[in-house]
Amino acid sequence: MELHELTVLRALDALRSREVSSVELTEAYLRRIESLDHTLGAYLTVTAARARSDARRADELRRRGDDAPLLGVPVALKDIFCTNGIETTCGSRILKGFVPPYDATVATRLAEAGAVLLGKTNMDEFAMGSSTENSAFQSTRNPWDLARVPGGSSGGSAAAVAAGLAAASLGTDTGGSIRQPAALCGVVGFKPTYGRVSRYGMIAFASSLDQAGPFTRTVADCALVLGVIAGHDPSDSTALPDPVPDYQASADGELRGLHVGVPDEYFVAGMEPGVERAVRGALDTLTELGADVRPVSMPHTSYALAAYYLIAPAEASANLARYDGVKYGYRAPNANTTLDAYLRTRGEGFGPEVKRRIMLGTYALSSGYYDAYYVKAQKIRTLIKADFDRAFESFDVLVAPTSPTVAFPLGAKTADPLAMYLSDVCTLPVSLAGLPGLNVPCGLADEMPVGLQIIGPALGEETVLRVGAAYERASAWQPRIPEI
Amino acid sequence: MSTSVYEPVIGLETHVQLETKSKMFCACSAAYAGAEPNTHVCPVCLGMPGVLPVINRRAVEFTLLSGLALNCEVPDASKFDRKNYPYPDLLKGYQISQYDLPFTVNGWLTIDVDGGPHRVGIIRAHLEEDTAKLIHKRENGASHTLMDANRSGVPLLEIVSAPDIRSPTAARAYVQKLRLIVQTLGVSTGNMEEGALRCDVNISIRPAGSEPLGVKVEIKNLNSARSVQRALEYEIDRQTRAIEGGQQVIQETRGWDEDRGVTVSQRTKEQAHDYRYFPEPDLPPVFLSPDWIDGLRQQMAELPDARRERYQREFGLSHYDAVQLTSALGVGTFFEQAVALYARPKVTANWIQGELFRVLRERDTDIQELPLTPEHLVELLVLIDDGTISQAIAKQVFDDVATSGRSPRTIVAERGLAQISDATELERMVAEAIAANPQAAADVRAGKAPALGFLTGQVMKATRGKANPAVVNQILKRLLDTA
Ligand SMILES: [Zn+2]
Repeated sequence: MELHELTVLRALDALRSREVSSVELTEAYLRRIESLDHTLGAYLTVTAARARSDARRADELRRRGDDAPLLGVPVALKDIFCTNGIETTCGSRILKGFVPPYDATVATRLAEAGAVLLGKTNMDEFAMGSSTENSAFQSTRNPWDLARVPGGSSGGSAAAVAAGLAAASLGTDTGGSIRQPAALCGVVGFKPTYGRVSRYGMIAFASSLDQAGPFTRTVADCALVLGVIAGHDPSDSTALPDPVPDYQASADGELRGLHVGVPDEYFVAGMEPGVERAVRGALDTLTELGADVRPVSMPHTSYALAAYYLIAPAEASANLARYDGVKYGYRAPNANTTLDAYLRTRGEGFGPEVKRRIMLGTYALSSGYYDAYYVKAQKIRTLIKADFDRAFESFDVLVAPTSPTVAFPLGAKTADPLAMYLSDVCTLPVSLAGLPGLNVPCGLADEMPVGLQIIGPALGEETVLRVGAAYERASAWQPRIPEI
Repeated sequence: MSTSVYEPVIGLETHVQLETKSKMFCACSAAYAGAEPNTHVCPVCLGMPGVLPVINRRAVEFTLLSGLALNCEVPDASKFDRKNYPYPDLLKGYQISQYDLPFTVNGWLTIDVDGGPHRVGIIRAHLEEDTAKLIHKRENGASHTLMDANRSGVPLLEIVSAPDIRSPTAARAYVQKLRLIVQTLGVSTGNMEEGALRCDVNISIRPAGSEPLGVKVEIKNLNSARSVQRALEYEIDRQTRAIEGGQQVIQETRGWDEDRGVTVSQRTKEQAHDYRYFPEPDLPPVFLSPDWIDGLRQQMAELPDARRERYQREFGLSHYDAVQLTSALGVGTFFEQAVALYARPKVTANWIQGELFRVLRERDTDIQELPLTPEHLVELLVLIDDGTISQAIAKQVFDDVATSGRSPRTIVAERGLAQISDATELERMVAEAIAANPQAAADVRAGKAPALGFLTGQVMKATRGKANPAVVNQILKRLLDTA
């Protein structure tokens, strides 16, 4: 087995037994990035010098007896996380050249856990998109088929882990931006409960929905990384104060007697038959494992897309107001007045999807429309939460497809925003309810990965991980890196 | 000006910078006065990407204290909202403020003006953050703008009055009373010159006695109680003349030009902002438990109105005297410290309102700035009571103490100001005066009273005011009766 194929846990075993050093592991990843990423486009910035110094330090610490949870493991960060001294663009021209003087809390926690930073990964501009084609800089390709998208918005982080260009990575999920690319790239991706992971230093898209989480190749790796990044943060007033359980321990365990609900409404019209086949197969596996699998109705599911596309753009319209060229990032030259400077900077600095959502959000909040749009969308959000509350009275977890389709060809949906929005139809309700959602690969359809979504109640990460791990052990699917 | 036929309807929005240690949503020091530009800043108050606000609990408490002092109601829960508008001094592109669920609502304060205590309604007192400061410069023919973010994120209390004010003097009294309350609570310096208290006023006029309101004009950023009064006087005159000239007053925002003494149009209603308020998703709601509120109520300083009532009750002062003693920060405390040592409240009150207020007015200063202590005043009053000095001399001594801070007794001794009460000494001087003024002495004997005053005056003059006039009078009468 080659070094880049090691899971995080295997890599840690090898590091602990001195079979391999962090420097060797890091060099293997850097070589692989060097040889493949010009094809794949997963990284926006490769921090090779930082990675080498992190690796040397990790080896030195290990020699001195340190055994931090990720000591010496090479990871990547979505370019939405601010990194002290390292350019952070959020996939946007408007932040080209922006070098934050501070670290996101998750970046600090990874560093404190001994992780080695390989670089910053590509994303849809300001996390707005489902294919990573909205990046201002490059497209990322799906490692399973270079003609297809990796999903989005965390497409770079998903592709990097899927292709063996990082042992693990972090992404963010506002309406599905971790789970959908994880499904399309055949990796594990977890959006935790809203507030489980600090948002400090994570560039805001929709503050009431944004949540960071890991991409890994196995559920056990996911549990380990989540344990490192989760927990209260005094810098984020929406971060939950609840103690962080031992997620690795909870990933072990049986499913006998577990009540699993399958929401009918997630098997939408237009779902690809291969996807449905793979997901139904996974449900059979859960039954075989002793779980009690039954259908459940979530009647407000079909309103989630409309509600999401009012709430998220409304919050985004305010969150993105600070990018005006005055303080940092891109500033249009030759403006004559303040208004002219704003119009030109934002006109040239933002891409079409970002502009579309700013306009949508501004409209939804405008005097005279606020009640009809924003307030109504919040009411729908409450009804969707109530659907989940009711379901979790009878079920321990809900299981559904993550995406109705496998990865689609590059360019297939770029001209049709609504078709692109529908990619997230199975993940949006979970985001609106603020619940944990885990994507676990559950087979292939047309040679492309299919994802199973496991949804838990608020702070139900342990149960979700237990179901994911049990399924992973029993399933025919074994984590593998495709030939590129 | 024919304002008598028109009645002004005035409301104020007052912004008060809260004197907390740190800013509203970050750990930066809020005490930026005099600091180098952009030295009290961090990623949060600079509005950098990805950063998040954290509520300053003390700022919330200062807001609640202010609201309680203004007799407001406190709801069970409150929240913050985003107020969206683009301007370079607003670093996030939105201001964290409060919209439909402010910390405190429905209160009032009283002002003593236009014939007696009037109640002015307080619609709300809420918490928000201050903006950065833009500095416009012109150098070598080119203009540019610099930004100082030290003020960005300083907690700002906004107090909105009901349109209950009916005259520019009442508006001025309202501002002064509000300032006194926040100073008494210790939540703000209330320093208007430094911008710690700023006012926007709304004014419309209507024919006296009519019910419907006229067209409202807003005057922004008035930074002294005097400007509030002057701007309103100007605006009432302008609107009256417009209406009488057959023109319409248009709804707009105007600025106050202090130097020219005029208001100037800034923007009309058509250009007004749509602030697109919505709940701040980065901050959880704030729950205001009864225990928390009761605790704050208990730690609240005695307010001017309560103190005034106590002075009337405890010291038997008139309403007028009590208002005077409680209308400026520190005066009441000075009075109470003096009365604790000297049991004649009315005499003490008279001296404070007479001599102390005169000195403060003449020197344009505050009581805290004077070296004069309550102990000094008491010593002076005792010197009068025991006949050591006359009232007239005491006023001279008072001025000296207020300048030098030396004790009255020392001043009297060093300057030789003690009254001459020694009967033999005075008798000799009275005899001299009678000898020098035989006509006046004859007049006294003939029963002409003014002549007695004249002779007393001569003795006082000869002693440069140091003679005890009562004793002089006695001796005069005795010598002239027996002569
Ligand atoms: Zn700050």
